[in-house]
Amino acid sequence: MDSIIQRIFDVAVIGAGPAGIAAALAAAETGASVALIDDNPAPGGQIWRGGRNASHHLEARRWLERLSKSRVTLIGGTRVFYAHSGALEAESDHSLWQLLYGKLILATGARELFLPFPGWTMPNVFGAGGLQALVKSGLPVKGKHVVIAGTGPLLLAVAAYLCERGADVLCICEQAPFARLRAFTLGMASYPGKLVETAQLRFRSRRAPYLTSAWPVAALGQDRLQAVRISDNGRLREIECEYLACGFHLVPNLELARALDCRVVDGFVGVNELQETSQPGVYCAGEPTGIGGVELSIVEGQIAGHAAAGRVSSAKRLLTTRARSRRAVKAMKKAFALRPELAALATPDTLLCRCEDVSFEAAQKHATWRAAKLHSRCGMGPCQGRVCGAAAEFLFGWTMDSSRPPIFPARCSSLAAISTPASPAQGHGGSQ
Amino acid sequence: MTRAADVLIVGAGIVGAACALELAKAGVRVTILEERFVSAGATGASMGHIVVMDDSEAQFSLTRYSQVLWEELHEELPPDVEYERCGTIWIAADEEEMAEVRRKCSYYADRGVPAEILDPRSLHDAEPHLRVPLAGGLFVAGDSVIYPPAAASFLLQRAVELGATLHLGKAVVSLGKGNAGLADGTTLSAGRLINAAGQFAPKLTCGIQIKPRKGHLVITDRYPGTVRHQLVELGYLKSAHSLTSDSVAFNIQPRKTGQLLIGSSRQYNAEHDEVDSAILSRMLERAFEYLPAVASFAGIRIWTGFRPATPDKLPLIGPWLDDPTLYIASGHEGLGITTSLATGKLICAQILGQSPAIPAEPYLPSRQTVSETNVEAHV
Ligand SMILES: Cc1cc2nc3c(=O)[nH]c(=O)nc-3n(C[C@H](O)[C@H](O)[C@H](O)COP(=O)(O)OP(=O)(O)OC[C@H]3O[C@@H](n4cnc5c(N)ncnc54)[C@H](O)[C@@H]3O)c2cc1C
Ligand SMILES: Cc1cc2nc3c(=O)[nH]c(=O)nc-3n(C[C@H](O)[C@H](O)[C@H](O)COP(=O)(O)OP(=O)(O)OC[C@H]3O[C@@H](n4cnc5c(N)ncnc54)[C@H](O)[C@@H]3O)c2cc1C
Repeated sequence: MDSIIQRIFDVAVIGAGPAGIAAALAAAETGASVALIDDNPAPGGQIWRGGRNASHHLEARRWLERLSKSRVTLIGGTRVFYAHSGALEAESDHSLWQLLYGKLILATGARELFLPFPGWTMPNVFGAGGLQALVKSGLPVKGKHVVIAGTGPLLLAVAAYLCERGADVLCICEQAPFARLRAFTLGMASYPGKLVETAQLRFRSRRAPYLTSAWPVAALGQDRLQAVRISDNGRLREIECEYLACGFHLVPNLELARALDCRVVDGFVGVNELQETSQPGVYCAGEPTGIGGVELSIVEGQIAGHAAAGRVSSAKRLLTTRARSRRAVKAMKKAFALRPELAALATPDTLLCRCEDVSFEAAQKHATWRAAKLHSRCGMGPCQGRVCGAAAEFLFGWTMDSSRPPIFPARCSSLAAISTPASPAQGHGGSQ
Repeated sequence: MTRAADVLIVGAGIVGAACALELAKAGVRVTILEERFVSAGATGASMGHIVVMDDSEAQFSLTRYSQVLWEELHEELPPDVEYERCGTIWIAADEEEMAEVRRKCSYYADRGVPAEILDPRSLHDAEPHLRVPLAGGLFVAGDSVIYPPAAASFLLQRAVELGATLHLGKAVVSLGKGNAGLADGTTLSAGRLINAAGQFAPKLTCGIQIKPRKGHLVITDRYPGTVRHQLVELGYLKSAHSLTSDSVAFNIQPRKTGQLLIGSSRQYNAEHDEVDSAILSRMLERAFEYLPAVASFAGIRIWTGFRPATPDKLPLIGPWLDDPTLYIASGHEGLGITTSLATGKLICAQILGQSPAIPAEPYLPSRQTVSETNVEAHV
């Protein structure tokens, strides 16, 4: 039997990426008791975690140092799998955590979007961030031929990192057309931080040609990747490589927000001026409110942290900074919007759901995500539709309804120990 | 007004689907109207245990007839229905329940249902992960497991191949006298109407007594080989009978994928589909008592569903009072996956004026008006 740990905090922050760290530190400044919970052993989120990523090295170190010196209680290696108003249930390797909170800040970040194309499930085809993470944790890439494809600034970040580690990045295929990207880069001129960042990334991956209007059409090989076929400005060609790193920008992690019945608008959590969601006392910061990068995540986290701790004036002082960073959200959304051709890459037998082996064709014949789940088992596996659900949203225009609890798979003993909340749980379960 | 078909069925759950296929096979022109999508109701939330039960003679004959029909059909079922003739083991925890095992066994034997008494040793051999000690069990080999949404789709697809028409996204707001009024303002007419709207049947036909009875289920990740039969505690008989209080029972199902489906809970007066952590907890603790290994298994999804329950625990199958066009096929409570096929046969025989294979009287909806007062007094 696992040990059950019960704690009470004024503010609970879920997610120890840039947004969550900034939020926890801001809230703790007032003397409030603050818990910062993340499913990874170490704090930092997608970008500051492990390894060294030179472009963020200094900033990351500064924040992580502040965190370690603060009174924030860091609960690492612990995953929140159930949320009710006023209480969270989280699981680590041998413990179940029951955390009562006064205010809650959701800083759950984003994940990469994968789109199915023939061969995308073949060994050595990875997500862009996924390959980066593997390299960070020791996969050697020195001298390996790598193709990076998909969309968004993450491709450049990953290319730069892999080059730094000695990989031979053959090319970066960006699906967006050049004209859109140029508009984006010019627009960025007003944001010095961003511009420098982008330029630096370009510089470091300068040996790798940056193709625009280019995307992967098929991953080729017998039991492992041998080449990738790309569409490059309307021409098909094949490039031999050992790794393909593929990502079609980011989608927010909304499961917790949905479980708490927070209003979701156009695929993102709706928040007011102070980052408060439609549920009073529940705040949201970082990628779930709009994909905007690190700077925005930090300032949103600070605002949410101050506001949750009751320091509204401190929060309000940051509104102009946030407004400036927020413009990047729109610009990015426009620049990296997915082109319709990408919805037509899968053949009928291309897998859409890897957990349950559901083909594109088997899912496609249904009218809604719920019907497809029920009848084809798409999204019913252990990843709970995190991969195929987001793809299906783009491919078929389906909208995701509230997902069923738990938010992450959890031991049955933990599910049995879910406490009965003081007020009724909100928004769990579909509308069966 | 358009003459849609000979028979119009409201509801594309497993019961509506089975009725549609039976009628289509008899050459009747059928139209099915479904508000949401196929199996959107109880059918999509249920366990899919095809089981012979003996709470009453009437329940026995309907479930046994159905079990045989499923067995006859099984070779035609596509793989996604995941038909598995795994059998049921009714588990006896103590001597009192062992006495029930012996009674049940002779009841089944008298009626030609193969059943075998297991002593503690053979129970342990059959299911090594069950806790020890247990008093024994009853193995009913003919019971099986299916994936209900796929089964309903299969039945409907067959019906459509035989000329039936399926309309999804069509909500019926009024039903009677040969007409179905739709939410979009149109009216469809037919010689016969079947209300197969499950727990929502009373909304369309005033006077039907069906109440939703909420259940929780948990599905785990894949642990192939842990459980080989559908396992149900006999204590279930004590708890499931209660018409008023909430109850839980150990009931676990091995899926073809190696996943385990864990039930079951029964609650009245629970209208929301949200997970009720208190009853979920009782249900899981009950499962751990019998199958301790489950406690450490990863649960990947929890959901709830509503069984369409009648006061006397028998479904309503047959003509409705003084409207000669209207038939009811609803109220199958926790056995509708099993009894859907027999329901299709009975309804079809009634509509075509043929004599059914089993007596139809115990299920006639008219009994509700006759015995209403008795039943209420009983509760
Ligand atoms: C795979 C990937 C790689 C990236 N690499 C780069 C890069 O190299 N350079 C760059 O500029 N940007 C990169 N980004 C974008 C970058 O992550 C964001 O700009 C920034 O980190 C967002 O910060 P955040 O705090 O909002 O979210 P995140 O950094 O994503 O932090 C969210 C944290 O919450 C945790 N979490 C979520 N749900 C739960 C739960 N239920 N229980 C417990 N913990 C939970 C997550 O594990 C994560 O640690 C990457 C994004 C992804 C998805
Ligand atoms: C947790 C749980 C476990 C169960 N386990 C088992 C089991 O192991 N074995 C077993 O045999 N049974 C089991 N059952 C019972 C079984 O699921 C039901 O008895 C059966 O599904 C009932 O089928 P139905 O077609 O009558 O109802 P439903 O499946 O609810 O179908 C009714 C349909 O009618 C539609 N509808 C309703 N109103 C309208 C309208 N106005 N217009 C148009 N359409 C409408 C609904 O959308 C729905 O699709 C279980 C049930 C639950 C909840």
